[in-house]
Formats: sequence, structure tokens, C-alpha cells
Amino acid sequence: MFKLKNWKEVPIGGAVDQPGSAMENKTGSWRVERPVWNSEKCIHCLRCWVYCPDMSVNTLDGKITGINYDYCKGCGICAQVCPEKVKAITMQPEQ
Amino acid sequence: MANLKELSKRPDGFSPGHRLCAGCGIPIIPKLLYKVTDYDIVVASATGCFEVATTIYPYTSWLKPFVHSAFENAAATISGVEAMYQSLKKQGKIPANRKLKFVAFGGDGGTYDIGLQSLSGALERGHDIVYICYDNGAYMNTGIQRSSATPYGASTTTSPAGKVIPGKMQRRKDLTNIALAHHIEYAAQTAVSHWNDLATKLQKGLDIDGPAFICVMSPCVPGWMYPSDQSIEVTRMAVETGYWPLFEMDHGVFRVNYRPKQKLPVADWLKLQGRFRHLFRPEYTYVIEEIQRQVDDYWEYLAHMEQAFPAPPK
Repeated sequence: MFKLKNWKEVPIGGAVDQPGSAMENKTGSWRVERPVWNSEKCIHCLRCWVYCPDMSVNTLDGKITGINYDYCKGCGICAQVCPEKVKAITMQPEQ
Repeated sequence: MANLKELSKRPDGFSPGHRLCAGCGIPIIPKLLYKVTDYDIVVASATGCFEVATTIYPYTSWLKPFVHSAFENAAATISGVEAMYQSLKKQGKIPANRKLKFVAFGGDGGTYDIGLQSLSGALERGHDIVYICYDNGAYMNTGIQRSSATPYGASTTTSPAGKVIPGKMQRRKDLTNIALAHHIEYAAQTAVSHWNDLATKLQKGLDIDGPAFICVMSPCVPGWMYPSDQSIEVTRMAVETGYWPLFEMDHGVFRVNYRPKQKLPVADWLKLQGRFRHLFRPEYTYVIEEIQRQVDDYWEYLAHMEQAFPAPPK
């Protein structure tokens, strides 16, 4: 968790000197439904990757490798944009 | 234009962990912005959902330089940064071959209404910037108040649909054409549901030496009132029904980039959203007819624009 800095430690002008520090904030805790990815059905069209608002579809070398549950908010866009004939992502209630 | 496979291999510029709502369309824009180009980009953002959700002190979702700005002056801030870069380059403090690009983000409130004056100034002065407006059609950040981007007939907290009025009674301002009137080389309208169109336009805007303006339709789950997984579908339907045409003015050539194969009635888009629910009451059907008339009118206007600014003969 974030520890408050005293006035001598805060950068001038309130600048944030750690790019991407929002990654400390695990938005995965918001999730009500979790997307479950089926690697056998997936055709790696990357539509879920491009439309995911939380950069939570992991890719390696242009292939999907899974879903990052640390940040996935469970909006369900990935399951919706997955092509009709494939449907490799299903939404399941969070336990 | 690169394909998705190549884009996914490129480095990120925007990190997860931001506090935008589940299903918000906005993060798709910065994600693609950093993927489509090799330029180093400096971003300024006007107050709005995007700024308050990505830069909650002491956290930031930006992996690249970002300037915090007030509601009305994102365009003025980025103009200043660009002018400083030009000056430092002239003084030899930045190597002449180091190419930077400058991007400003604004919501529809910060662009259509509050920031219009500074945007107009920046476009007129000809700074080398790209201004990206994510248009979700109201002041969503403060709790869904109407803006001049709110569609005719939409219910918001300051234009509530009831017995007296059927939602907002004024037409949406056509901001892309206002930007065009500054005689800039590139202005475009696009939507997050068409990633290829969006990525191409971001790339074109960045490649131009001079001001560019891009208006992107971005869906809003609480404001438009639809289930969060329908974000892309709702935006796609706005394009398919013709409510949100994808067009661009590129070096004096006006192009409609996407023509729906069969233009669906605008009611098909309206019925997906809670903010238009009241229009399906019998007493307000005339509002749907009016919206359809406005859409048809607008397509006629686009056809005239295409005739007036045709592609040069090959």
C-alpha cells in the first residue's frame, strides 16, 4: 500500500516520477464475472486484445497466452467481441 | 497499416490499473496511439474521466511523458510544450534529428464546450499537435450532465426525460467540421469499435507536420446505460445506423471511410441504450423520426462534401 511522503520527499510540482505506478493498483478486485479463455478454441485473431480496456489480455509473439486477472475488471467485452463461430472466452461468476 | 499481430508486439505506452469504469472505451485510444508509431509522444490531457481516472495522485497509468492540465486549456498547454520543443531544437539543446510528437486528449466537455477556444487557437497557430477528442456525449465524469455533444433526445441529469421534455432538445454540435473550418491538413471522425480505422487515423494524424484533429466516439456504460460487455457493439451500431459516420479530410480531400452495406434505422441503435428508453413511449415517437431525419440530412451533407473536395484524378 502507498505510504504518505513528507514534504521534503514529494517531487517539485507534485510530479509523479514513477511512470506506470497505477499498476500497483490491482483493479481485478472489481470483478464480478471472470472471463475464462479456452486455448483450444482460440484462433488468435487478437480482437479481445485490441478491445480490452484494461490491457488484460496477455500476448506473446502475436499469440494470446491468457488473461491477466490482476487488472481485468470483468466487463465482458472480450467474450462479446470473440467471433461468433469461435467463442473461446466465456464469462463465469467470480467465486 | 500494420495488422493486430504486429501491433501486439510493439511496446506499451499505457498501463493497466487505471480507474476507468469496467467496459469504458477510452483506454483503447491510448493503447493504439502508442502502438501505431515509433515517435516519442508527449501527452497533455484536459480534465475529464480520462484524466481523473488515469492520474490519481500519486499514481499514473502513463508510461510516457504526460502533462496535467486544466479543463479548458489542454490544447494551449500542448501548444506551449510544442513551442518550447521547437525553440530548444533551434538553440541546439535538443538534437535536430530527435523527433517528438505532441498529443492532447480531451473529452467532449473539455473539447466541444470548455476547451473549444484554446483548441481553435492551437489549430489556427499551426502547432505540430494532434488533438484527440473522446466523445462519450456528456459530462460523464461529474455525473452525466448534458454537453453540446449529447445527441438530440438523450436523457441526462440536466436534460431529464419526463412529461415536459423528451431529453435534450438540441442537436449535437458538429465539431469535426468546426475543426475542418480552420483549414487544417487533417481532421477525422472515427470510433473505438473500428480499430483499423482508428489506428490508421491516429497514424495519419501523427505523421502530419501540423495540427490534426481526431474525434473518436467512445462508449460510456453508466451514461449511455447498457451492459458493460456491449460497449463495442453499441459503438458499432452507431456507425452501422449512420448516426456516427467515419470520415476524414486529408490534405484537402474529403472521404467517407466507411459506408454501411445496409444502413440500419437509427432506432436500432437507440434501443440498445437506457438514455433513449423514453423515446419508445408512444408520445415521443416523433423524436425518433426527427433523429432519423437528422441522420439522413447529415449523410446528404457528407455527399456534398465529397463532391466539393474530391480525390485528385490519378
